[in-house]
Amino acid sequence: MNPLAGYLLVAALLFAIGLAGALTRRNAILVLIGIELMLNAANLNLIAFWRYGPHPEALTGMMFAIFSIAVAAAEAAVGLGLVISIHRHAKTTDLDAMNRMKG
Amino acid sequence: MSVVFYLLAGLTVAGGLAAVLLKNTVHCALALTVAFAGLALLFLSLDAQFAGFAQILVYIGAVAILVVFAILLTRGSETPKDGVYSRHWISGLVIAAGVFAVFGWAVLQSLGGLPVRTGPAPTVTVLDIGNALMGRYVLPLEIVALLLTAALIGAVIVAMHEKEGAK
Amino acid sequence: MQGDLLILSGVNAPPPVQAWIVRWLWLIPALPIIASGLISLLKQPRRRLSAWLAIGSLSSSLLLSLIAFGQALSTRDLLLHFGINPLARETVNFTWIQFGSTNVDLGWVLDPLSAVMLVMVTLVGLLIFIYSTGYMAHDENFTRFFCFLSLFAGAMLGVVIANSLLLLFMCWELVGLTSYLLIGFWYQKPAAAAAAKKAFLTTRVGDVFFLLGIVWLFAQTGTLLFYNGGAGSMEPLALGGLLAQHAAWGLTAAGAIGLLIFAGAAGKSGQLPLHVWLPDAMEGPTPVSALIHAATMVAAGVYLIARVYPLMQAGALAGGTTTALTVVTWVGASTAVFAALIAVAQNDIKRILAYSTISQLGYMMAGLGMGGVAVGMFHLITHAFFKALLFMGAGSVIHGCHDEQDIRRMGGLKADMPLTFVTYAIGMLALCGFPLLFSGFWSKDGILEAAQHWSVAKAPFYMLVFGALLTAFYMTRQVGYVFFGHYRGTKHAHESPKVMTIPLAILAFFAMALGLIGTPAWPWFKAFLDGKAAGFDLHGFAEPGLMALMGTSTVVVFVGLGLGWWLYFGKSPKPQEPDVLEAAVPLPWGWLRDRLYVDELYGATVIAFYAWWARVADWLDRRVWGGAVSGVAWAFRGWAHLNRFLDTRVVDGSFDKGCEELSVGGGLLSRVQTGRVQTYLRLLALAVVALVAFLIWSSRA
Repeated sequence: MNPLAGYLLVAALLFAIGLAGALTRRNAILVLIGIELMLNAANLNLIAFWRYGPHPEALTGMMFAIFSIAVAAAEAAVGLGLVISIHRHAKTTDLDAMNRMKG
Repeated sequence: MSVVFYLLAGLTVAGGLAAVLLKNTVHCALALTVAFAGLALLFLSLDAQFAGFAQILVYIGAVAILVVFAILLTRGSETPKDGVYSRHWISGLVIAAGVFAVFGWAVLQSLGGLPVRTGPAPTVTVLDIGNALMGRYVLPLEIVALLLTAALIGAVIVAMHEKEGAK
Repeated sequence: MQGDLLILSGVNAPPPVQAWIVRWLWLIPALPIIASGLISLLKQPRRRLSAWLAIGSLSSSLLLSLIAFGQALSTRDLLLHFGINPLARETVNFTWIQFGSTNVDLGWVLDPLSAVMLVMVTLVGLLIFIYSTGYMAHDENFTRFFCFLSLFAGAMLGVVIANSLLLLFMCWELVGLTSYLLIGFWYQKPAAAAAAKKAFLTTRVGDVFFLLGIVWLFAQTGTLLFYNGGAGSMEPLALGGLLAQHAAWGLTAAGAIGLLIFAGAAGKSGQLPLHVWLPDAMEGPTPVSALIHAATMVAAGVYLIARVYPLMQAGALAGGTTTALTVVTWVGASTAVFAALIAVAQNDIKRILAYSTISQLGYMMAGLGMGGVAVGMFHLITHAFFKALLFMGAGSVIHGCHDEQDIRRMGGLKADMPLTFVTYAIGMLALCGFPLLFSGFWSKDGILEAAQHWSVAKAPFYMLVFGALLTAFYMTRQVGYVFFGHYRGTKHAHESPKVMTIPLAILAFFAMALGLIGTPAWPWFKAFLDGKAAGFDLHGFAEPGLMALMGTSTVVVFVGLGLGWWLYFGKSPKPQEPDVLEAAVPLPWGWLRDRLYVDELYGATVIAFYAWWARVADWLDRRVWGGAVSGVAWAFRGWAHLNRFLDTRVVDGSFDKGCEELSVGGGLLSRVQTGRVQTYLRLLALAVVALVAFLIWSSRA
């Protein structure tokens, strides 16, 4: 197993863990936490490919990861702001209870 | 694969697991921080110093704090009556397992075809990054700046207390 | 007119310019028919206009008939001048229908026979029309009466001038129709309606045979025209063909067709088995009885036989006769006696005259059969005048006695109604055949003379002589009851107005004067019909046996008159008392009074069969056809029920079920939309898994 594959597997595992968390926890904030984990796993993927890929001097992977971090931060801010707003409205962050869009 | 890698990987994964499994949400947030830290170290081990430090600064320094703030601000009841996991947590688990299986399979499948460059680590200076940001990636930079501004304003508006009259 | 050329029968000459009257001959029947049509459009209160239309049209027809008569006379004179002897006949023929190569032609003919009939019909008709304006003056359906009367006159004139058996038949039927309409004129009376129906149906029986004869004739000869320049059905070529054909019972086709046509004539002219309708036809108004059932319509049958005489006579050897003519003779003679017997015992003034008419028609037929066209036709012409006179006189009597028709309630009217009495007496004497002065004597003698010389048998002669005796007897009885003795009615009798009595006078004149043209001394009529001229020659009386015959008939007449006088004159028994003869021989009198039970016979046989058949038909209709219809309806109902079941259960059921399933499926599907974010996330992840797996799997080398 080459190093790249290892890093990729770790990233995959982290991604799956994050997904599991996003899918199974009741609290909305924990869903966001899961999402952060997934994003981070993707970042790891990017850096790993940058390091073991053909043209590291192009800095593509690194740049992508940096932008990803920036975007993730913005998204976390907005998402958490939303959660706070929802909590203010519904007095709870339990996702199972929020089914107003039920068809 | 060196020992360092396994250690760091284990730390990260453990942190992640803890982040999604723990009952107390604050503990989850803290475990998340550990996972972030593990990831930063992984970045460092991959010779992406700037990315690693940016990870520490942004994620641990800002996002984690943000999460903690949000948790603290949205405490209604400490632990919900029906437990912390949703009713159909099995299907979520299964799906996540499926995702991992597929990804793992994809990786292992293409082991032979991956072009692995086992050369020395690339030397990346901040100057290079700065040049790249201002040169090749100036547009994404500007867009991200815009995005951040929008996110900032949006978050403020979303989380702002509503006016008394509009209730 | 003198310069015109002529069409000669038997000579194939191309038709040159004809006299205008011959071309316009069709106006003679057309004018009254048009008048009838116009009258039918008028409202009831327009009495004077309708009467004027009818009388005016018939007068014009009379004028044209006289011109036509003159034409026929001049034609004859011209022929004689050129020394050609065939009968003078002018025809106008045209094609009516053409199918394939067969033509159906119609046309009219002007010859001595049709000329005399035209004059007679229009003259008598006109007098009766004028009479009717007085007789029907108090009737509210005056206009309708003249409409029908005009139609009748037109149709009768059509029968007279027809050169085609088909056209004759069409007008014949029209005459029958108007007879029905006029007999049943007072249709509110059940007796009148029944009588009209009876007349129509009885003549119909004859007409069926007539039509068969027409069809057979057409099939055999290919033409229905009488005279057509050599190709007509009464001309030697066609007759020869008919004689060659043999039908059943030893008859030739000519004889069979002749008998069939005679059956039609027998119906219309009231010969023996089919006479039952004539007495009942007296339900109609008296002018109708006078015109139709005395002078003209019943004479149509005799005229028909005269018209088809070449057919009836075909195959006869010189001095001999044919089967058809023999039958005609026997039927005629039997009818003459039969009807005369019944007339003796009748008490209704019009019924006596009706049976008298039947009897005299029998004489005419016998005359045709034994003596030829001229003999029968002469009696027809004279009979028309004096019978019309007698009927009109009877009408005058009825009118004067306030609608009383029973002769036992009349009497002594000689003083109250002198004009009527005189004219009636003249008519009665003419009918009896009072010698020398009255036309009836000469015409009846012509028939008796022919009967005396008949080669087949002598019986008809004796029958006819006996009939003459009876005629004198019953007429004397009638006159004695009506005009002599004392009045037995309830209301006072009065004379009729001039509009009724003047036609009576005119007819009385003719009743006497017509005899002159038929005497043996000056046989003008016979000669005219034969296309010859006749001069006045007293040697005509010198024929062997003629004087003896005249003497015999005179004796017979006086015997009859005397008997009647002895039994009935001056005596006026009360209505309840039996008649003199009835007291003497009640049983035979009863038979005669009950009309020898002919109606009852028909009722028991024909009518009973018909009623049975009607019941069968009713059963068929009700059960079989009705059952079939009900069955169909029942099947339809069942089908409708089935359809409804199918519709509600199967179609609706399946449709409703389908919709339900759809609804359930939709409900099931909507459960995907939980409204919860995590559910959607899961689905998303699942999709990603599936997609990636597929991609990887498909890219395996």
